Amino acid sequence: MKLDAKIPAGPLAEKWDNHKFNIKLVNPANKRKFSVIVVGTGLAGASAASTLAELGYNVTTFCFQDSPRRAHSIAAQGGINAAKNYQNDGDSIYRLFYDTIKGGDYRSREANVYRLSQVSVNIIDQAVAQGVPFAREYGGYLSNRSFGGAQVSRTFYARGQTGQQLLLGAYSALSRQIGLGKVKSYERREVLDIVLIDGHAKGVIVKNLVNGETEKYAADAVVLASGGYGNVYFLSTNAMNSNTSAAWRAHRKGALFANPAYVQIHPTCIPVHGDYQSKLTLMSESLRNDGRVWVPKDIETARKVSSGQLNPSQIAEEDRDYYLERKYPSFGNLVPRDVASRNAKYVTDEGRSVEEGSEAVFLDFSEAIGRLGKDVVEARYGNLFEMYNRITDDDPYSTPMKIFPAVHYTMGGLWVDYNLSTNVPGLYALGEANFSDHGANRLGASALMQGLADGYFVIPFTIGDYLASQPLNDHPSTDHPAFKEAAEQVDEEIKGYIHNNGSHSVDTFHKRLGKIMWDYCGMARNAEGLKKAKGMIQELREEYHKDMKVPGSDSEYNPELQKAWRVADFMELGELMIDDALQREESAGGHFREEHQTEGGEALRKDEDFAFVGAWEYQGRNQQEIMHKEELEFEYVELKTRSYK
Amino acid sequence: MASKAFKINLKIWRQKGPSEKGQMKDYSLDTVFPEMSFLEMLDVLNENLIAEGEDPIAFDHDCREGICGSCGLMIDGLAHGPHRKTTTCQLHMRSFNDGDTIYIEPWRAKAFPVIKDLMVDRSAFDSIMGAGGFISVNTGSAPDANEIPISKDVSNEAMNAAECIGCGACVASCKNASAMLFTSAKVSHMGTLPQGQPERMRRVQAMVKAMDEAGFGNCSNTEACEAQCPKGISITNIAKMNADYLKSTVVSEVQL
Repeated sequence: MKLDAKIPAGPLAEKWDNHKFNIKLVNPANKRKFSVIVVGTGLAGASAASTLAELGYNVTTFCFQDSPRRAHSIAAQGGINAAKNYQNDGDSIYRLFYDTIKGGDYRSREANVYRLSQVSVNIIDQAVAQGVPFAREYGGYLSNRSFGGAQVSRTFYARGQTGQQLLLGAYSALSRQIGLGKVKSYERREVLDIVLIDGHAKGVIVKNLVNGETEKYAADAVVLASGGYGNVYFLSTNAMNSNTSAAWRAHRKGALFANPAYVQIHPTCIPVHGDYQSKLTLMSESLRNDGRVWVPKDIETARKVSSGQLNPSQIAEEDRDYYLERKYPSFGNLVPRDVASRNAKYVTDEGRSVEEGSEAVFLDFSEAIGRLGKDVVEARYGNLFEMYNRITDDDPYSTPMKIFPAVHYTMGGLWVDYNLSTNVPGLYALGEANFSDHGANRLGASALMQGLADGYFVIPFTIGDYLASQPLNDHPSTDHPAFKEAAEQVDEEIKGYIHNNGSHSVDTFHKRLGKIMWDYCGMARNAEGLKKAKGMIQELREEYHKDMKVPGSDSEYNPELQKAWRVADFMELGELMIDDALQREESAGGHFREEHQTEGGEALRKDEDFAFVGAWEYQGRNQQEIMHKEELEFEYVELKTRSYK
Repeated sequence: MASKAFKINLKIWRQKGPSEKGQMKDYSLDTVFPEMSFLEMLDVLNENLIAEGEDPIAFDHDCREGICGSCGLMIDGLAHGPHRKTTTCQLHMRSFNDGDTIYIEPWRAKAFPVIKDLMVDRSAFDSIMGAGGFISVNTGSAPDANEIPISKDVSNEAMNAAECIGCGACVASCKNASAMLFTSAKVSHMGTLPQGQPERMRRVQAMVKAMDEAGFGNCSNTEACEAQCPKGISITNIAKMNADYLKSTVVSEVQL
């Protein structure tokens, strides 16, 4: 298969404008003859659905939550990047582009990232016009803060709830279109198949989660904005119900899945506290501005701390190892996420964890409290300290926080071209569901930017190019036999889960899958471990389909049944992540192969062999997938080794 | 540090479906740890029920970090439980003692029919939003974000109202099942900002109308909604909405 990213010709800065002029348009009167399905109502889905409806298309949205407003974009805390240069500190579209390419460890497409930087400025305008209450200065103008991987202040924020406010903005735009009748919103629905007619995506098969009915919906095009796959690991900062099923089933229908091994592990989360743990909570990256990360220098002291015989405050300064400051004197505690996470793993692997039966390092504010005073620290981080206290019952003003890395975001996803189209005609992927803009590592405050860029400013134009080529008066219908066939397959699969009558709940298998993935395909990977994990997952899958148990029926609200199909899909994707991690014989961003590191233990990229996107093609159940390469061409940015020493 | 497990008794509302009759059922759990979240406690109970071949308890939940607004349980008669400014998912079992009996019920309101067990249908909130909870600005037509300076105080005031997570605790806590706090938070978020002025009168009329049509009750100023709101949304928003509503019906040109 030849992968054509359809990157427009011409200079980098002119590609998007040229492209918008060159692609086909659907005239206003004809737009209302076309319908589009949007799966997912997070930032990407809600912004796409509302904008497409404003243009005149008839839009149908699906979400598994009880309201579009609850999609997991809502949980993003820190902010959204945009190259406004309001701070006059030397920011520019080119600088945001450059920082994003570098932050992604040179594994993303120049043209896509440049466009992302260009439209970032429009996102802020749009959000403010919708009433998003971004933080402001006394003069009434917008405030900015700094984030990791950048030397300018370009992050816009709304307290610690930027994702919530941006999503409520997109949801209000969506609500307006729902009120006007241009969008039909279906809640508590999960998409379980993409229907292809003559090779084109023309509809979806949907489970009604309330009554269990299988529903069919047809449209002229399908847009997937269904989020990432961090929950493969069971424990992550994702919402409990975030899943990959819509995207994975699109993959099974022929859409390529790109770079599945690129996973972002966030360094500052609250550690695991027991077998019953259901999810992990992120503590904002901003804490590393004043908090100092450390563990005791020797294992014996660490043991005494974790068992409660010693208080952290009793450990003398010279017995502490501020390992980030020691190894990276110029960036210190503010090294990028992947570096901070990996080093936490190194010290706990040595036996220096500060939490018994778990893994944790200290994030200590005592120096900051001494330097700034408690009031200043409280003003900066009070709400985070309160959240930490609520969860752990520890008071971070008097004792250091305990933190550990956790799975947070997935850079991989469905392969898309410059138009955000998958290789299946009529099927698009936006936001975290696609792979396109973050390379091997995403910078903080860039996920919100990408979701909204895709939804507000890219898909509304590029989808027209496809729809303009579709018949004006002959639209797909659910009467087509492809719908019946797909729906019957879904029903058969569901019946299989219901009648399986095994002896273990779905969660017990999901936890085992998560542990395999975390141990062998987490912060550090090696060929031996990956091969072992692949075998373990294959065995686990077999056991799962024999021994899993779903209570209740398929004609009622049945959350255990929902878990059953999600976990079946996570297992298949988990195996593909391992294949991808195995083939990538280099270290890049979130993908760290122990065989490929510098003498100092830093990631060692191999640009001559691995400057490509690995896009996997499904070959049928239990068949080894085939990888296709999209070579990445860097015309503007010179590939360098990232250094934070 | 491993802490000791303790035992709790639970009385939980079970209801098969919207038209079925529900009842309180007794359960007990002796592997409760102080570090567990309230919802993790229910997860463990559900795992036990599955192992015993019983139907697990249905409840809404998703982000489990207090922001999505999915979860919402009446715990011992209080929406989201005993602590102020805390969602159900942020409540931890250290707030309870060995041997406690905990009553767990769904939100109860005519406009929030029970779907199953502890899950209710809150789509009435979406209808209120669809009627007017927006600023009508098509994508692409926005001016530069710094074109209209907005004072920090005004922006903060708007943000205070905009923090609502739409969980429905206000409705559940109100003896009249009124949605005034939810609706007024959105009305006042947008009505406070300059961008929201052109539609201010139309918005308040449309949203109040949708709220009434959805079957929510009236406000009688008991302030229970504010006390139980996990985000501390102030009832001054209700006063602002009432003032706008009066103005919109008496002196504005808007006729819906």
